[in-house]
Amino acid sequence: MPLAALRSRAFSVTGWTVLGAAVVLSLLWICFLAPSDPTSKWATTFGSAWHDPKDFLITVLNGVTAAGLYFVVASGFTLIFGLMRVVNMAHGAFFLLGGYVALKLQRHFVGEGGSFGLTSDQVNLTHWIVPLIVGTAVIAASGLVMQQLFLRWNQGQDLRQALITIAISIVLADQMLAHFGGIAEDIAWPRNIDKFANLHVSGIQYTWTRLVILFIAVAIGLLLWLWLKRTRTGMVIRAGVDDRAMVSALGINIQLTFAIAFLIGSGLAGLGGVIGGSFASLAPGVDANWLLYSLVVVIIGGMGSLGGAAIGALLLGITSNFSAAYLPSNYTYYSIIFTFALVAIVLAVRPLGLFGRPA
Amino acid sequence: MNVRALPRITPDRVVGFGALVIALLAPLIFSSYWIGTLLTQMLFLGIAAASLIFLSAYGGMVSLAQVAIYGIAGFVVGNLTTNGNTKGLNLGWNPWWGVVVGIAMAVAIAFLFGALASRSVGIYFLMITLTYSVIANLFFGQVTDVSGFGGISGIPTPHVIGSADAHQNRLYYVALGTSVAVYALLRYLVRTPFGLTLQGLRDDSVRMSSLGYNVILHRTVAFAFAGFIAAIGGVLFVWWNGHIDPASIDLGSTIDILVIAVIGGLYRLEGAWVGALFFVVVNNYFQRIGFHWGSWISQERFDTLIGLVFLVIVLLSPGGLMGLWERALTFVSGRRRDPVDREFNPIEAGQAEPSV
Repeated sequence: MPLAALRSRAFSVTGWTVLGAAVVLSLLWICFLAPSDPTSKWATTFGSAWHDPKDFLITVLNGVTAAGLYFVVASGFTLIFGLMRVVNMAHGAFFLLGGYVALKLQRHFVGEGGSFGLTSDQVNLTHWIVPLIVGTAVIAASGLVMQQLFLRWNQGQDLRQALITIAISIVLADQMLAHFGGIAEDIAWPRNIDKFANLHVSGIQYTWTRLVILFIAVAIGLLLWLWLKRTRTGMVIRAGVDDRAMVSALGINIQLTFAIAFLIGSGLAGLGGVIGGSFASLAPGVDANWLLYSLVVVIIGGMGSLGGAAIGALLLGITSNFSAAYLPSNYTYYSIIFTFALVAIVLAVRPLGLFGRPA
Repeated sequence: MNVRALPRITPDRVVGFGALVIALLAPLIFSSYWIGTLLTQMLFLGIAAASLIFLSAYGGMVSLAQVAIYGIAGFVVGNLTTNGNTKGLNLGWNPWWGVVVGIAMAVAIAFLFGALASRSVGIYFLMITLTYSVIANLFFGQVTDVSGFGGISGIPTPHVIGSADAHQNRLYYVALGTSVAVYALLRYLVRTPFGLTLQGLRDDSVRMSSLGYNVILHRTVAFAFAGFIAAIGGVLFVWWNGHIDPASIDLGSTIDILVIAVIGGLYRLEGAWVGALFFVVVNNYFQRIGFHWGSWISQERFDTLIGLVFLVIVLLSPGGLMGLWERALTFVSGRRRDPVDREFNPIEAGQAEPSV
């Protein structure tokens, strides 16, 4: 289709130009132009990076550590999608449920705490790690049950599968509202982690919890990468992403592989939920936000690609943190526009995402 | 067949005509609660669901952005027409100008959304439009210049219609007239060359592209047109409710419209209003029956019930209520419909291609 291809090309060239201009202008703004003078109409919270390198570095760290959590959640989403073409719309609900399971378990161990819940000096490492593992395991099992009961016999009908997971997410969200209430609660970090680290760069004191999130994310990324590249199951999964029918024809039990992928993918949503519940909070509506983050990450990065999920998470984390910190103070609430712009520009340039390939 | 012959009498037409007559006489038959609350709500939710069914049945695009566009129209109307006592811009315009500009802005944004998403189909399209919808919700929640968390209250209706509380029948008839017009317009549109091209793209976009049709442009225009229909629903919503806030377009409301369309039948336009009637009536009466089964099922758990109904329909009867109706007809008459004649149901479609 030469004509359509030509038009598509023109679209893409325009997209690249807009993208280039947007990147150069925002870099200029952040590094040199952003005014710090509070009387200026365009005053920003910190001023330019040249003027205030310390807060610039903190914003970079905030962006990268947020990206870590985005990656943990979205990698599960993309793993399931890449292999099975299942868009798991219940991923956000699984995230929230994982968080609630861990929260209830921690309260069971330590007690209910004060009116604001537990504080971190009441919680030791075990009281955080055990709920983390249990929350992850419960969600991994729930995902597997959902796949076996509802999705397995609808393989290949991707819209129907997406609608099934939507139905399950409606029921889950409603039941969570009934059983865990509508008030925001959070899981307490253990006292060993909830303190500040001296980074010895411009005297930055940075919270350990965010660094821990980043460590976990990097570890998960490495483990997933090793699993997919170096083990037999990983090899089958990669082959299955490219050609399911052929893998199945070679006598490999593809149903078993699907089950494993769903187990791990949902488990990552649960793990993300426990970390996210400690980092931010758990409340009705949080599931929608995390479904959005997962969608944005995989739309940017390309569906089914682990590297794409990492890049997508980084772009989302950096964009949202920088737009919140470097927009003029009177306009910071417009930062959501930048998330949309990120998705829009990537779709204009590469409809399948940065690392996406046609199925 | 003689073109001028009278329309053939089919069960569909008899029931449809009967429903229209009942709808016209409704204020004589039903209580004012039914007119003012249930039936008016059914009509504008049906319009929003019809825009989704139009896109999915004739364009093969299942969009979750319809509620976002419906909300954009509603928020623009709210900002333009309110006068001083609420959040937002409070421009105090005449309500009719608010409608014109509100719908125009919603269509413009739908055009942008469509241009970006229309190179993808199937579940990719679903995911991208869901992203739009969540972003629109967060936008109106965060940007306090135009709404903020509490939303916009006291949105006026035009003088002829009067307040939705004082003159329930007027707004009801406006919504009924609009619904009939929307239905007729969509039925007409799918028979025009544009509508036929759209169905061609749905069935085989590569072939249509090699025949020289501009795939992306047609899809984008169809999406913008569906945005126009959804925006009409949004205007009726703010007139009826007098208030709009970000929760009116959150993920739950987005999914509600999808649920309505699927329960009604994702492949026939009539299904939009059938599904909306079911949804509104069940939602209203379910909360009144006092029962509970543990803490899992009780009259407060409407979402659980509707989620389960949705699940059963998707799993067992993807045609929804319209599908059941057709099955019943087949059973009674003993005649099978010609499979070639069957409309397109995206739920039953197999593997969708990722991109053009």
